[in-house]
Amino acid sequence: MSATHTISDAHDHHHGPAKGLTRWLYTTNHKDIGSLYLWFSFTMFLLGGAFALVIRAELFQPGLQFIEPAFFNQMTTMHGLIMVFGAVMPAFVGLANWLIPLMIGAPDMALPRMNNWSFWLLPFAFTIMVSTMFMEGGGPNFGWTFYAPLSTTYAPPSTTFFIFAVHVMGASSIMGSINVIATILNMRAPGMTFMKMPLFVWTWLITAYLLIAVMPVLAGVVTMMLFDIHFGTSFFNAAGGGDPVLFQHLFWFFGHPEVYIMILPAFGIVSAIIPTFARKRLFGYDSMVYATASIAFLSFIVWAHHMFTVGMPLAGQLFFMYATMLIAVPTGVKVFNWVATMFRGAMTFETPMLFAIAFVVLFTMGGFTGVMLAITPADFQYHDTYFVVAHFHYVLVPGAVFSIMAAAYYWLPKWTGYMYDETLGKLHFWLSFIGVNLLFFPQHFLGLAGMPRRIPDYALQFANFNWISSVGGFLFGFSQLILLFVVIKCIRGGKKATDQVWEGAQGLEWTVPSPAPYHTFETPPDPKLIHAQ
Amino acid sequence: MSNDLSPQNNKIVVRKLLLAVVGMFAFGFALVPLYDVICDLTGLNGKTGGRVSEAEAGILVDEQRVVTVQFMAHHNAEMGWNFEPSIAQLSVRPGEVNIVSYRVTNPGTDVMVGQAIPSVAPNAAAAHLNKIECFCFEEQLLQPGESADMPIRFFIDPELPASITKLTLSYTLYDITEKSDNVQAIAVR
Amino acid sequence: MLSKAKLWLSLALSTLLFWSAGLHAAWDLNMPRGVTQMSRDTYDLHMTIFWWCVAIGVVVFGAMFWSIINHRKSKGVQPATFHESTKVEIIWTIIPFLILIAMAIPATRVLTAAYDASESELDVQIIGYQWRWEYRYMRENMDEEEVSFFSVLSTSREEINNGIEKGENYLLEVDRPLVIPTETKVRFLMTSADVIHAWWVPDFAIKKDTIPGFINETWVIVEEPGIYRGQCAELCGMEHGFMPIEVHALAPADYQAWYAEQQAGIRQVRELAAAEMSMEDAMAQGETIYNRNCVACHQPGGVGMPPVFPALAGSVKATGDVAVTMDTLVNGVPGTAMAAYGRQLNPIELASIITYVRNSFGNNTGDVVQPADVNAYIEGGQ
Repeated sequence: MSATHTISDAHDHHHGPAKGLTRWLYTTNHKDIGSLYLWFSFTMFLLGGAFALVIRAELFQPGLQFIEPAFFNQMTTMHGLIMVFGAVMPAFVGLANWLIPLMIGAPDMALPRMNNWSFWLLPFAFTIMVSTMFMEGGGPNFGWTFYAPLSTTYAPPSTTFFIFAVHVMGASSIMGSINVIATILNMRAPGMTFMKMPLFVWTWLITAYLLIAVMPVLAGVVTMMLFDIHFGTSFFNAAGGGDPVLFQHLFWFFGHPEVYIMILPAFGIVSAIIPTFARKRLFGYDSMVYATASIAFLSFIVWAHHMFTVGMPLAGQLFFMYATMLIAVPTGVKVFNWVATMFRGAMTFETPMLFAIAFVVLFTMGGFTGVMLAITPADFQYHDTYFVVAHFHYVLVPGAVFSIMAAAYYWLPKWTGYMYDETLGKLHFWLSFIGVNLLFFPQHFLGLAGMPRRIPDYALQFANFNWISSVGGFLFGFSQLILLFVVIKCIRGGKKATDQVWEGAQGLEWTVPSPAPYHTFETPPDPKLIHAQ
Repeated sequence: MSNDLSPQNNKIVVRKLLLAVVGMFAFGFALVPLYDVICDLTGLNGKTGGRVSEAEAGILVDEQRVVTVQFMAHHNAEMGWNFEPSIAQLSVRPGEVNIVSYRVTNPGTDVMVGQAIPSVAPNAAAAHLNKIECFCFEEQLLQPGESADMPIRFFIDPELPASITKLTLSYTLYDITEKSDNVQAIAVR
Repeated sequence: MLSKAKLWLSLALSTLLFWSAGLHAAWDLNMPRGVTQMSRDTYDLHMTIFWWCVAIGVVVFGAMFWSIINHRKSKGVQPATFHESTKVEIIWTIIPFLILIAMAIPATRVLTAAYDASESELDVQIIGYQWRWEYRYMRENMDEEEVSFFSVLSTSREEINNGIEKGENYLLEVDRPLVIPTETKVRFLMTSADVIHAWWVPDFAIKKDTIPGFINETWVIVEEPGIYRGQCAELCGMEHGFMPIEVHALAPADYQAWYAEQQAGIRQVRELAAAEMSMEDAMAQGETIYNRNCVACHQPGGVGMPPVFPALAGSVKATGDVAVTMDTLVNGVPGTAMAAYGRQLNPIELASIITYVRNSFGNNTGDVVQPADVNAYIEGGQ
């Protein structure tokens, strides 16, 4: 233990947290940093959500009512960027910070100072990103996928700042994942073997490796954009011998693993919650680990399924179609394992369980549309329509976001020491559940009927489902204020939480008091407490 | 596993991971030439290759087979030159050398430099269209009001897949006055 | 609480039904079967995969909800203790794999058919621009008149801005549709003059990106005469939602007649371009062209959207030397969204729009630019 003192702030270990703002600015405590990440993520979720509501308001009826097409494009772009890089990813990093040391019996993250850095880069990056909207010519308006040459030769001047922001948050993600890997590899308590680690730890370990592999590629892509814009190179400019399609290959080489970065930790969360409330061990732990690893591997060889319409040779189309379909196999194994865990359990349905069950159902629906999208000839019809919008929102909102909410409710008593308000939690769940389906389900129909994505106005035959979708959007959006209220209420007080909190909860984090003390596992936990999952 | 060892182990892990990060960053850039190589080999993006020597042509003319070659001219939206092939299409035998020219006029009031970018459809034919001489290998500088006939000498590789009976050669003309190293272009800007 | 939610939902849905009674076909749930072999194959494939997914969903969710209903603590059940079975894992790895193979076989067949490179009877170039399409019919020799034209959204700004009621084909109508013959293999050669666009007509099951500097190809055999509509499917900037596609498929004989008419029209324009144009004619035609091609950026009243899209009212380029106005229109402004209209409009149209811009929005140069002047400028380099 003495060694860990030298890498974290030695005096931290003997006092509680510092007071005031400096506590948060200088903190190297994994719990503080986890909270910072989670609050940051929630703020970004509300901001990105507000942008989404601007989009849905404009699409409520045909015709232009509230905003100009130029601003609409900035809204879709910023909504995507903020939700992906500002809301979902930081939320998972926040959960990793809070939970990984508690789950593996470590006193803190392996590299606490870098941890502080990787968080504080984020507000900086997103301030730059959002400020581009107030610059001359407006902010990024080329979609979160920023295809060249729309994002290079034809981009607004603020693109340079956008590139800088991407670099900074990329650095943050890379530092965060180095920390996660070092923590998991080096800081496990005696007796915590790899195959005893909770699945959340496993999925994060694999996610962190994915991040290490692809965030530098994203950094490379935006660097090439920067050179094309300012230094006369022609990576993506046909006039100088470049190829705009190359941009898409590079982007999706990053982009597809990125999609799994946003869902693998969610698998880990759900794999923790379902056994707890089914009061039964997770079915097929080993196969869960292998399935996660297979999904991660496959994510590197399927990227071109995002670009079936760019005109690839037949052999290429077939390869990417088959590889993509293959992903359904390990993903299916996971879903079957969750169902088998519930089968013959003794279930109760507290808010985390409700979110987890909704995750399994709605994520699987997103998976079905994913298989449909993999079928190349059918994709020619689906590509760049609202069908795709519906697909990825199903896997990301009732998928990733629901899992984060489930996690918040599940571990909130451990974080605050109080039980949250179950009635309000259930209200939040049901309103979110209805809202999210009203919002996204009709978008399948819109896409199949022929509505392209990223348009500010549409033909009359799309009017009805857009109307429903917008109503769902506002319902879902405003329901999130209940979550904010529940969390604040829970921090301020409530029924005292026990150490174990949930009757069926297993794992080291439930062996420490609630709320978890500022410092935990300064001496490694008793190996007898470590059970196979 | 033991916490006592962790600072040492952390350093090793961090070093390895940073190396991986640098490696992946470099790999991103390595994908650019790699993509070009793959495109050259497979005609993935319909780009034609570079200059081919005359000697490689005509070794084996396939007298049995006739392939139609269509010629197209496109402009980037901001390029104001007139640009047109001298003929719409040509029937050629694989292996024989043909010459076609494109006529280009600069109707503007400034010296301008243009660059033509070739592309072939179907993409699978791209690797089989060999150019001995092409205006697309160089920039074109035109004085205001000046016209030029720009030649292309090419032959079709006899190994062109049998299923392809018609192929299309297109040039897109770009205004590269801003980027050109030409003295006159530099003087203009 | 749940029943309350249901009540609201049914209330909302019934209002919706009432509200939408006047709109036609607004409840389309599925993709069109279309009018080509490819589109029907795609539709069938789509439905096959869909029913597979439904079947899997019924089994998986069925098992799950059955457990949720029966295996709940409130029923006093004791949880079982089993937690792994290699046999079961293998089974539910292999079964999905087999289902996927069953899906992949028809998918491969349909995809291979789409790559049929056999010779076409008509070739049409499709070129994407911000934010309009250009269609060029390929000729066999250069002496023929080249039928080529731009196809621009014809829905009025008043409809878009909710000033007047929206027409039946709101946002899906153009001034000059693409015309192709039925029962004929038509090959499309696609490229772009600026950013990437995607040409999509759902009834043909064709969606292909148009990429600057590169040619993409695809083909279609339309079986039934009719009007088919689509939209640009790849985000291409501000007016991405306002560049629709309209295709008129005519019986081959009708198509031939139409094509001959177009060629005659080109000869006619050539003759008319030699004639003198009056201020009145030029202004009237200029206004139409302005509202179709210019108004999105330069705005009604020529006020523009500075700094990106400059105002025309009182602008030096519009009121100064006529050669400057002509150069801007014909050659565009490099590095901006201002395209070179020299090839997009014919000399008569160019003369009218130049005259219009120089004599509207408070601009008052009083000069009438003639088609012959424009022609001389384009052909001879001023």
